[in-house]
Amino acid sequence: MLCDKCKQRPATVHFTKIINNEKYEQHLCEECSKGIPHFSFSIDPSFSLNKILANLLTNDPTFSGMGLAFKSERCENCGLTYSQFAQGGKLGCSNCYEVFKDKLNPLIRRIHSSERHKGKVPARTGGKLRLIKEIESLKTELGNLVKNEEFEKAAEVRDRIKDLEKRLAD
Amino acid sequence: MTGRDIFSDASSKWTEGVGPNADIVISSRVRLARNIKNVPFPHMLSEDKEKEILDSVKYIINTPGFREKAGNFNFISLHVLSDLEKWVLVEKHLISPQLAQSQGQKGVIILEDESVSVMINEEDHLRIQCLLPAMQLNEAWTLTNKIDDALEQSLDFAFHKEKGYLTSCPTNVGTGMRASVMLHLPGLVLTRQGYQVFATMTQIGLTVRGMYGEGSEALGNLFQISNQVTQGLTEEEIISHLNSVTLQVVDQERNARQMLHQEAKEQLEDRVWRAYGVLSNARSISSQEAMELLSELRLGIDMKIIQDIDPKVFNKLMVSIQTSFLQKKIQTDMQSPQRDIIRATTIREILSKV
Repeated sequence: MLCDKCKQRPATVHFTKIINNEKYEQHLCEECSKGIPHFSFSIDPSFSLNKILANLLTNDPTFSGMGLAFKSERCENCGLTYSQFAQGGKLGCSNCYEVFKDKLNPLIRRIHSSERHKGKVPARTGGKLRLIKEIESLKTELGNLVKNEEFEKAAEVRDRIKDLEKRLAD
Repeated sequence: MTGRDIFSDASSKWTEGVGPNADIVISSRVRLARNIKNVPFPHMLSEDKEKEILDSVKYIINTPGFREKAGNFNFISLHVLSDLEKWVLVEKHLISPQLAQSQGQKGVIILEDESVSVMINEEDHLRIQCLLPAMQLNEAWTLTNKIDDALEQSLDFAFHKEKGYLTSCPTNVGTGMRASVMLHLPGLVLTRQGYQVFATMTQIGLTVRGMYGEGSEALGNLFQISNQVTQGLTEEEIISHLNSVTLQVVDQERNARQMLHQEAKEQLEDRVWRAYGVLSNARSISSQEAMELLSELRLGIDMKIIQDIDPKVFNKLMVSIQTSFLQKKIQTDMQSPQRDIIRATTIREILSKV
């Protein structure tokens, strides 16, 4: 969508104003949205999900009360510092997940209500991890079968788990 | 292929408009966020390093092993595209508005039939996405998964045994998956049930947005529903959750249309025929008005008020009338009044052919 005003740049600021049930809409680029007199409220053009995360990290007691030492923590691999992360809400590289895990894990739990991945495992990360995942999911299945008193099926699943565990040990 | 076809042909895989529940579900999409192990995420990368990622993807898609597994992809460096061409790709849903606007070494690879595209150096190193017509979330996941496997043979993806796939933003960590459907819901909007339905969505971990995703307005009664949570669930669980909720919304939409038919038949018919009248006769029309009227026309076709128009024309028109696409077709920089004239002509042409 292009800007309604200059018709050249992409529209990134969207105004919707409702007065007496009449809806007014305007789609502007950042340039043209500056200094529009009839929109008296100020808009932060960079308001985003990452900003919300950043605010959580800086202002929420769970995250902000963890001592000053953290602020200088830095990822060796990409150079991102903790305060940069806390300001931008974005990580710098895959290694950051390890470096900042003490603060990151509670944040991930907050977002997803979970800290553990249950889904796909890349094939090249090695067969072992796949085995572990498979055993985990079979164990859940086993629990359900026992709960439903389907003992025959449960015995089958139990044997499969034993098999896999043996393979894992080898 | 030079890529010229992509920019001048409005049809894409998803605009085909055939498949289960195609009258309400316009398209189904699955995307996976992937990053290369230990390489800083795009926002931390210099242009040189970004270029290295572009080059390696470009190399991989031309290897026989990849082609055999994943099919024929075309590589496009956004660097060489004009702004207009980038926005055509956005209007065809092949890249995100964010990628079109960003600076640096960005790229995209697109499967021949345009069902799969992989954005390179967007928020994550790779964003693999599959877009199919109608209600085909499972199919979209299968295809995306296959492309992911093929890429993974040559690339070492950042993966943590407990956290899953690692992404630039912690909101995508885990499966890195966002599944979504684009729904045409004029019935719910006309019967004023939309708000209620959408409010429920957020309570069950789903998000509702306009047609171009994040931050966009719902134009032409088109809504995108997607999953919010990416961790703690398997990909299949995410898909099946979205699937079953979507089917319920589809049912609700059908009920609303039934209700309109029973209780407001004349008004509805009048509205539909008026929309058709304006679309097939207007000499100048804005994209917003066009989208709104097209939605009413489509409703009329679906409800058999208008019988002799192929519903598929709706999907094609949705892309053809967008600003950048029209501009590209004419090849000159047009001002808005001119564009509205060309848009009206395009709609009349397409409608007269069906």
